[in-house]
Amino acid sequence: MEYFLQQLINGLTLGAIYGLIAIGYTMVYGIIGMINFAHGEIYMIGAFVSVITFLVLGALGITWVPLALALMLIFAMLFTSVYGWTVERIAYRPLRGSQRLAPLISAIGMSIFLQNYVQVLQGARVKPLPPIVSGGFSVMERADGFVVSLSYLQIFIILLTVALMYGFTQLIQRTELGRAQRACEQDKVMAGLLGVNVDRTISLTFVMGAALAAVAGMMVTLYYGVIDFYIGFLAGVKAFTAAVLGGIGSLPGAMLGGLCIGLIEAFWSAYFTTEYKDVAAFSILVLVLIFRPTGLLGRPEIEKV
Amino acid sequence: MTAPNPIAVTGAPLLRVEHLTMRFGGLVAVNDVSFTALNREITAIIGPNGAGKTTLFNCLTGFYSPTVGRLTLRHPDGREFLLERMPGYVISQKAAVARTFQNIRLFSGMSILENLLVAQHNKLQRASAWSIAGLLGLPGYRRAEKEAIDLASYWLDRVKLLEYADWQAGNLPYGAQRRLEIARAMCTEPVLLCLDEPAAGLNPRESAELSELLRFIRDEHKIGVLLIEHDMSVVMTISDHVVVLDYGRKIADGTPEVVKNDPAVIRAYLGEEEDEELPEIVARDLGVDGSEGHRTGEGT
Amino acid sequence: MTALPLSRSRGIQWSAVLREAGLTAFVAFLLTVPLVGLRTVDRPTGLTIDARFDEVLVAVFLVFIGRLGLGLIREGQALLVLVLALLATGVGIVAPLPTQVLEVILVGGGLVIAIRATVTLVTNRSTLSQAERDKRMDVVAAKVQHASRWLAPIGIGFALIFPFLPFADRHLIDIGILLLTYIMLGWGLNIVVGLAGLLDLGYVAFYAVGAYSYALLATIFGWSFWVCLPLAGLFAALSGVLLGFPVLRLRGDYFAIVTLGFGEIIRIVLLNWYEFTGGPNGIIGIPRPTFFGIADFTRTPTDGMPAFHELFGLPFSSLQRIIFLYYVILVLALIVNVFTLRVRKLPLGRAWEALREDDIASASLGINRTNAKLAAFAIAAMFGGFAGSFFATRQGFISPESFTFIESAIILAIVVLGGMGSQLGVVIATFLVIGLPEVFRELEQYRMLAFGAGMVLIMLWRPRGLLAHRDPTVTLGGARKAPSGPGSAAAGGVS
Repeated sequence: MEYFLQQLINGLTLGAIYGLIAIGYTMVYGIIGMINFAHGEIYMIGAFVSVITFLVLGALGITWVPLALALMLIFAMLFTSVYGWTVERIAYRPLRGSQRLAPLISAIGMSIFLQNYVQVLQGARVKPLPPIVSGGFSVMERADGFVVSLSYLQIFIILLTVALMYGFTQLIQRTELGRAQRACEQDKVMAGLLGVNVDRTISLTFVMGAALAAVAGMMVTLYYGVIDFYIGFLAGVKAFTAAVLGGIGSLPGAMLGGLCIGLIEAFWSAYFTTEYKDVAAFSILVLVLIFRPTGLLGRPEIEKV
Repeated sequence: MTAPNPIAVTGAPLLRVEHLTMRFGGLVAVNDVSFTALNREITAIIGPNGAGKTTLFNCLTGFYSPTVGRLTLRHPDGREFLLERMPGYVISQKAAVARTFQNIRLFSGMSILENLLVAQHNKLQRASAWSIAGLLGLPGYRRAEKEAIDLASYWLDRVKLLEYADWQAGNLPYGAQRRLEIARAMCTEPVLLCLDEPAAGLNPRESAELSELLRFIRDEHKIGVLLIEHDMSVVMTISDHVVVLDYGRKIADGTPEVVKNDPAVIRAYLGEEEDEELPEIVARDLGVDGSEGHRTGEGT
Repeated sequence: MTALPLSRSRGIQWSAVLREAGLTAFVAFLLTVPLVGLRTVDRPTGLTIDARFDEVLVAVFLVFIGRLGLGLIREGQALLVLVLALLATGVGIVAPLPTQVLEVILVGGGLVIAIRATVTLVTNRSTLSQAERDKRMDVVAAKVQHASRWLAPIGIGFALIFPFLPFADRHLIDIGILLLTYIMLGWGLNIVVGLAGLLDLGYVAFYAVGAYSYALLATIFGWSFWVCLPLAGLFAALSGVLLGFPVLRLRGDYFAIVTLGFGEIIRIVLLNWYEFTGGPNGIIGIPRPTFFGIADFTRTPTDGMPAFHELFGLPFSSLQRIIFLYYVILVLALIVNVFTLRVRKLPLGRAWEALREDDIASASLGINRTNAKLAAFAIAAMFGGFAGSFFATRQGFISPESFTFIESAIILAIVVLGGMGSQLGVVIATFLVIGLPEVFRELEQYRMLAFGAGMVLIMLWRPRGLLAHRDPTVTLGGARKAPSGPGSAAAGGVS
């Protein structure tokens, strides 16, 4: 029971991170119907920017943790969104309206480029970081001394995710931009005729997705303390799995899917083997697509003849 | 239930639709529709937009499996097929039902001749012994392919596309694409041909040619034709039998003359306002004059 | 009368051009500050940071100049830009610069812009729209495709005599083997992606199944390569059917991501199933192929088989085995090619292309979609398995590292860049994607960087691939010729 509770906490934390990345996939898929293959790399860049920000802050002598965290968050979101914007502008926008394989290949190319770009600039080695936020509560203790702990970091990650999700939902549902986005999702040509700036809306979608991925990158940096240039691929595939599991195009679905994947991974590692935890995630993807292609919260799609 | 005009009976029952119902969630697209289409007849299915005509076709050709109902196809040689139990490709392969689509679905990157050869896939696949004989280039397959090309040429000649045979299908003008789609369906050698709005987007001359082609298919190839069409000039001139759907229900069934004077049909097309003159264009399409429509309106 | 006709106004809109260049430079600044300007460095004391703001400045400056140049070309000032760009190139060559990278960027960038300006001056190309340019390229592509009638025999003839040409040393033949392996994989995947229109992102899984099948059969049972090759193909085809069956009805992108998932699952299993696959250490000591079981390529064969050089009365050379391997992969690749060329003219091949064009219409014509797709999947998997077992016997060592997603991406890139469905396109794309980086082997770390950028650039330039042109598989030779140019340009336009 205690062990279970611990895995639940770990799984939720992990799931929050996957969920944030998954939102980027689901929004882009919703609006232009493509898998943004480079999104995992955007997340990796977010992680690197937050490490760099942390080191710069350390060099400048800013060590008060809340301030450091806030600055890391802001800088990671800012710089990473510029990457998200640029990727869309360079690699996807010129290909809008061409056959569906072209943007996907372009995205794979972009993903390979960004991975190697970071590798060339920042080195291939794993970047270790000392723990920034340490300590936590011990929730309960088992007779044999096993302690269920809930670290401050985990609380931070979950709270931040909830806050971002709330803000984000408000953004999509209440603002002009959100409305433009939903309109473009339905029909880009018509939205354009009605005065929505379609290019700008799509750009902003990428910016928002990148900003959320940056937050996820920063969380991972804090949580695991090590990053390298290759973390984007696996996280990207798993987050995409989460988006599909939740029902692609659906924002709450992406978050729910992220949580599911996080929990599955945590429990699988805890009760079975760590080696095959990725196989578990991929198998879930395959099973969901076969038996419920619309995902948990997706709308059913009738084959139009 | 069906009471076709005795004079119109030129063939045996080909397709029997019984209590067909198709629901999508809460929406009932087709509601308890029954009718019979006869062999060597053109049966038109008409009705306002959203009446459930295309859904009916999709049930018939296996793209949807109906919620309730039975669809029996009886070949002239007496074999019977229950279409509602068959997946789409088997309906074409075994039951020999061919169809066209409302928004044309050609293999637009392939040549016209290739489009017609794809239609003879199953025949050729057997002749090529599932590619083995074909890969070895055995004479049996080459003969079969030549026959297939001959059949394709015959139909291309019929639809006046023979000289364009090596063109890419997507490069044809719209009207020619419609004709090509019919030729492609006929290359599957069907007993029942289902056409989904074949006259949509055609000019009057092309419509007249289409009517001619459909008569030819019925009279010379002796098969049944099921036709969804909005162009009343086509429907009323060539149909032997008309079924009218509205909101998923069958509201009329009979010869063109019976149907076009049916008050329920006129109501479905024009609404129930009593003091409204029948718009000239609709009157012409329905083949009634305005005053008659008006009178029927008053009668209700 | 007073209004100036727009087309006549020759005044350059400096403010607009400068603003655009400035904005681009600002974006470049934001992009480069964190990752280029601040490098993380491992020190004994822990992770620290190195500032390289000079490089940021250079990058921003270059982007500004480059964008300005493009803007001015669009404004009709190509000549000015040409002069300036050549000047920059000259400075790059002559002046001493702090880093070599900078020099390369300055010279290269200057040259690219100079070429762009020259092209504009010569052909007035900037007045053409993207679509018009694409159409022109399509005509060229069609010509190249038609030329393959005589290009192909010449190419094959060259490939046949290549190992005996005077300049063909061991290194070149090795590259030849590598290229042929990827050509074979490209042709194999082309069946699934180019013909059947199924986007397979996990093709490397079948390559891996083939490689491990051969490696395990050969090391455990000691069977020879020639017995294992068909078995490996069979296993790969079986795994293709097993994996394909549940996923074939998925829509395009979902299908892609599931095949990616399968590819990764197979790799992870290979990585973790120590007892069977040796885990990350892989399998070593995979037997080399014999001369069809008649002779061995070693100097003194141990198992009683005669030595190849003795059998044929040749002096011993380690090159003999390499040349033999070269011919094996050449024949294997040609088998795939001949198969594809023939099957395209058969009902099965036509059904694949019909499925790619419109799978609903295909079903309405009585094509069993699942079976047709499964056949494509299994056949392509079988060819991948052949290539895999060849890879295993050539390397003598395999590990899961050779079967990562990047391999799938490379093979897919070959197919798509070449122009889907085009056999010649696969060859050309292989030379670009595999051959070119091989030439620049020394620039190891920039290789994949350039590879990724190249993929994006080729897609932007030719979204449908280099040789996107399709000829009918059967013609009636009717009265009217198919329209050329814009008409046939739509070929291969797979939605």
